[in-house]
Amino acid sequence: MKYNLTKKIYDRTFQVIGLITISIALLMLVIFLVSIFKMGIPRLSWDFITSLPSRFPEKAGIYTAMMGTIWLMVLTAIFAIPIGVMGAIYLEEYGKKNRFSHLLEKNIANLSGVPSVIYGILGLELFARTLALGNSLLTGSLTLSLLILPVIIVSTREALKAIPNSLREGSYALGATKWQTIYRLILPAAAGNILTGIILALSRAIGEAAPLIVAGALVYVPFAPTNPMDEYSALPIQIFNWISRPQAAFAINAAAGIIVLLVVTFLLNGFAIAYRYRLKKKQKW
Amino acid sequence: MNRKRTEIMVGWLLKISASLTVLVTISIIWILLYEAIMFFRQVSIVEFLTSTEWTPLFTNKKFGILPLLTATFLTSIIALVVAVPMGLITAVYLSEYANPTFRSVIKPILELLASIPTVVYGFFALTVVTPFLQSFIPGMAGFNALSPGIVMGIMIMPLISSLSEDAINSVPRSLRHASYALGATRFQTSIRVLLPAASSGIIASIILAISRAIGETMIVAMAAGQQPRFTFNPLVPIETLSTYIVQVSMGDVPRNSLEYSTIFACGITLFVFTFLTNNLGIWIKNRYYRKYEI
Repeated sequence: MKYNLTKKIYDRTFQVIGLITISIALLMLVIFLVSIFKMGIPRLSWDFITSLPSRFPEKAGIYTAMMGTIWLMVLTAIFAIPIGVMGAIYLEEYGKKNRFSHLLEKNIANLSGVPSVIYGILGLELFARTLALGNSLLTGSLTLSLLILPVIIVSTREALKAIPNSLREGSYALGATKWQTIYRLILPAAAGNILTGIILALSRAIGEAAPLIVAGALVYVPFAPTNPMDEYSALPIQIFNWISRPQAAFAINAAAGIIVLLVVTFLLNGFAIAYRYRLKKKQKW
Repeated sequence: MNRKRTEIMVGWLLKISASLTVLVTISIIWILLYEAIMFFRQVSIVEFLTSTEWTPLFTNKKFGILPLLTATFLTSIIALVVAVPMGLITAVYLSEYANPTFRSVIKPILELLASIPTVVYGFFALTVVTPFLQSFIPGMAGFNALSPGIVMGIMIMPLISSLSEDAINSVPRSLRHASYALGATRFQTSIRVLLPAASSGIIASIILAISRAIGETMIVAMAAGQQPRFTFNPLVPIETLSTYIVQVSMGDVPRNSLEYSTIFACGITLFVFTFLTNNLGIWIKNRYYRKYEI
């Protein structure tokens, strides 16, 4: 009887510890958001978003950095999506179980574990120096593309894997070729999940600072970039720069910049998660 | 016949796209090796691995990687001390104790925690956690290993909890039922049956988290300082491998100089450690999935 009681006490104790642990994680998130919002909200204004950088904290804005980030995202999407999706189609639909695709799989698992600063070094040597693209948006976005390529490939493969084989067999039975089946049937069926994965990958790229700094992004640019060969800064780099300054007023700017960055990241993530949930409910097979 | 030609061409195009990833790996290894060899022509590899001073940017240059390495491990260990218990408890609680509604609310929030950009975590460490810790730890410097370590732990905690939860969930139901049938409580079942059965998946999740912590850059660059120091004291400013790479990239060090090439020596050191931990993690994970394949 006594033994039974002790083991129940242990069980209950763990339940409480579990709840406390999860509460601590949630509490950190709340403290985190509240402290940043409390600091940054008063500074946030339309002026802050449309002003150029300045050495006076009250005049400085995020316009150039934000335009840099928008350019980066568009270019990264253009480079990374086609290659990532095509690579995933090869691995999932064509090269199943041969030795070459086994090697590719291992390689992709490894690439997704390479630290982002190392991608920065790769971008610096390969794009900025060897291809002589310099400190341009092109260098930055190509670097980010390589960084999120494994993420896109893995999520696209998951999406393709979820399509039942009966769909493929039905198409073959009607005399369609492999590519016709993929292009007209499999891709449209998997499009929603592929899109979700792409959005999550881009939302990861948007917050990256380290690889861009190493690959030659600038902490200060006087004007917003207007073409892919222009020099640029990005939102996370601007935030890093502001927080590195001794004046307290710049820390407030950093908090306001973080709010903008967080809103964009949370919107992208929220959209992806909600969309995934809806797709799951609508699924017909 | 046209159709057949399209088929073949598309097949090749897809294969080339997939092969690009191999090219990326080869480029990374080639660049790091080539530049590191250039560096070690000028600096003795023995000094690099054994000297406890790292001052390549000063007039009196010393090239000992140890201060950067100890700093990297110090912040990573602090992160793990926070993340491993929290992650494991969360994983067991969510898979064995929580009801489905609670789980479906908490899991997206944890996902959110993992999606926050690292500069934001760095800001949090510097402006909230450090002042808080300073209020009761006398003599703690404004830049230190403890605060970014703790914050990094919170960042990698969802990684451990979600991978470990997957591992616990894939333990066959029959094991659970057998344990309950013998009169064990949920806690006993979790500790004595599920955790040992899922151990390789859990260990893999921890190893992948270690690799993530070693390579993490912005949190430590913002809150741990930029002073290479050979110490395990978590209260003083230090500099990690990744921070040093960022510091040199932001400064006015002329490219093609010896000072500049130090980032490749640091890069290859960082790459070797993350490569080893990653592969160990992947290897353990694969072994584990084979174990329960029916």
